[in-house]
Amino acid sequence: MFKQTLAWIDERFPLSHFVKDTAEYPTPRNLSYWWNFGSLAGIVLVMQIITGIFLAMHYKADINAAFDSIQHIMRDVNYGWLLRYIHSSGASAFFAMIYIHMARTLFYGSYRAPRELLWWTGQGLLLLLMATAFMGYLLPWGQMSYWGAAVITNLFRATPFIGDYVVIWLRGDFQVGDATLTRFYALHYLLPFIIVGAVMIHLIALHTVKSSNPTGMPLKEKDNIPFHPYFTIKDLFGVAVYLMVFSIFVFFIPNTLIEAANNVPANPMQTPAHIVPEWYFLPFYAILRSVPDLAGGVVAMGLSVVIFAALPFLDRSRIPGGARYRPIFRSMFFIFIANMLVLGYVGAVTVTATTTIVGQVATVIYFGTFMLLPWMSKKEEAFLIKRGSLPTAVQELLNNSADKKN
Amino acid sequence: MSGSDSIDNPQRRNFLGAVTTVMGVGGAAAASWPLINSMNPSGDVLSNATTEVDLTHIPVGGVHTVAWQGKPVFILHRTEEEINKMKELSQIQPEADEKRVQDPKWLVVVGICTHLGCVPNLNEGGWVCACHGSQYDHSGRVTQGPAPKNLEVPPYKFVSADKIVIG
Repeated sequence: MFKQTLAWIDERFPLSHFVKDTAEYPTPRNLSYWWNFGSLAGIVLVMQIITGIFLAMHYKADINAAFDSIQHIMRDVNYGWLLRYIHSSGASAFFAMIYIHMARTLFYGSYRAPRELLWWTGQGLLLLLMATAFMGYLLPWGQMSYWGAAVITNLFRATPFIGDYVVIWLRGDFQVGDATLTRFYALHYLLPFIIVGAVMIHLIALHTVKSSNPTGMPLKEKDNIPFHPYFTIKDLFGVAVYLMVFSIFVFFIPNTLIEAANNVPANPMQTPAHIVPEWYFLPFYAILRSVPDLAGGVVAMGLSVVIFAALPFLDRSRIPGGARYRPIFRSMFFIFIANMLVLGYVGAVTVTATTTIVGQVATVIYFGTFMLLPWMSKKEEAFLIKRGSLPTAVQELLNNSADKKN
Repeated sequence: MSGSDSIDNPQRRNFLGAVTTVMGVGGAAAASWPLINSMNPSGDVLSNATTEVDLTHIPVGGVHTVAWQGKPVFILHRTEEEINKMKELSQIQPEADEKRVQDPKWLVVVGICTHLGCVPNLNEGGWVCACHGSQYDHSGRVTQGPAPKNLEVPPYKFVSADKIVIG
């Protein structure tokens, strides 16, 4: 019966073909746990959508009712507190998973040919995630919600000539108001489903170019093992560990990452004394603040997010992969991460003369890392070849590609 | 851990697989409970679950309609004549009048037609439903279809001689 039904479906839709392809997807056997974070991000996405849909059943997108409806969810709705804390902690978890996923890509050079398009679809996903998180943050209609949305929409004032009109158009009002809240809610509900679609594209691209691996070397057939059961079980283990950590946040310290000021209803007449974005925007916020010019700051911040897309062009080394066989690249990676933390710190604290200088230096280092990469990667390649300490396999690969050119 | 009983032992492997599946399904079911339960009436809805009614303002022969859990409840102050008439059993769903009232003077019924949920209107004989013509007597018992059942008697109690709490 089951076989017949399946055969009937397969004649009309490639179901078992699809399942077989997914299950047997040849996966490098040398993947480390750093390769778990893509699937973890997927799990978080699903959890956010599910909790979000149930929260939407109780939330009211109206400036007179929004804040109270959150309190209603927290106090009256059965398990409303749980849904909301999963959703609010989930936003942070999503960024944490994505940033680790991106850091892995940077460290192991996974963005390099032939995975450029895979990397760019991921870049698009990051932008969608940022937009979704930003719009969702307005919905509780607290002080931080309101002023965060006010500041970010104001960034569009930097648009040449029509800046002021763009800001009003985005808000649907002369300040952040009811129209803004309603449209943010509509888009906050829509974008996650677009993200799901973009994730499909990301996965199709992945299955076309196949997973990278810690060495960065192209693998032979025998170096791959089927995704199921080896990586389904490994991903599942990762999910279990993730859920343990996530549960600590949800059940014991759910307010750690929520700004206290957001428990005060939005007041358009008064900005909180100390206003900071959510932690996941802090480095970019620091870059914005370190440029003493409205348009310049906005451009710098925008560039700091999208510049990752340029990496496949900037990394010009012929040595495969990322940090494994490239000590200078590895140092640059760690300097970049440390610098990112400095930027995050600068973004979190009140502006003083010192933090301004530190922020500006860190901003220069941030962009400097990208700018130096083409030159550094070439220098490093020449140095390593001359020194002759590269593993034989890498050396052979270089010789082969040189032969092909001749 | 190594040795023949941990590697290549299909029974052990099947057992682990079964346990994992059971735990996974059980966990998923448990995790879905908060989601399902969040759709049940919330605390503020439940707090509206009872309605207190002062009966002193309802004249003999008069009916007062109050909202209980969002539903209309008829409170009929019956005349002696109406009480006496209700001594007989009704036909469609036979039920004694005494079982439907706590004090014969007061009839408390949910004012929702048991056919398809319209609110019946009071007339001389009792109530008549405008939607499909069902009729109820002064005990809220159905006397003419299509309604299949008598009007529902909500749970209520007299907290004093002239005050009731519904719910």
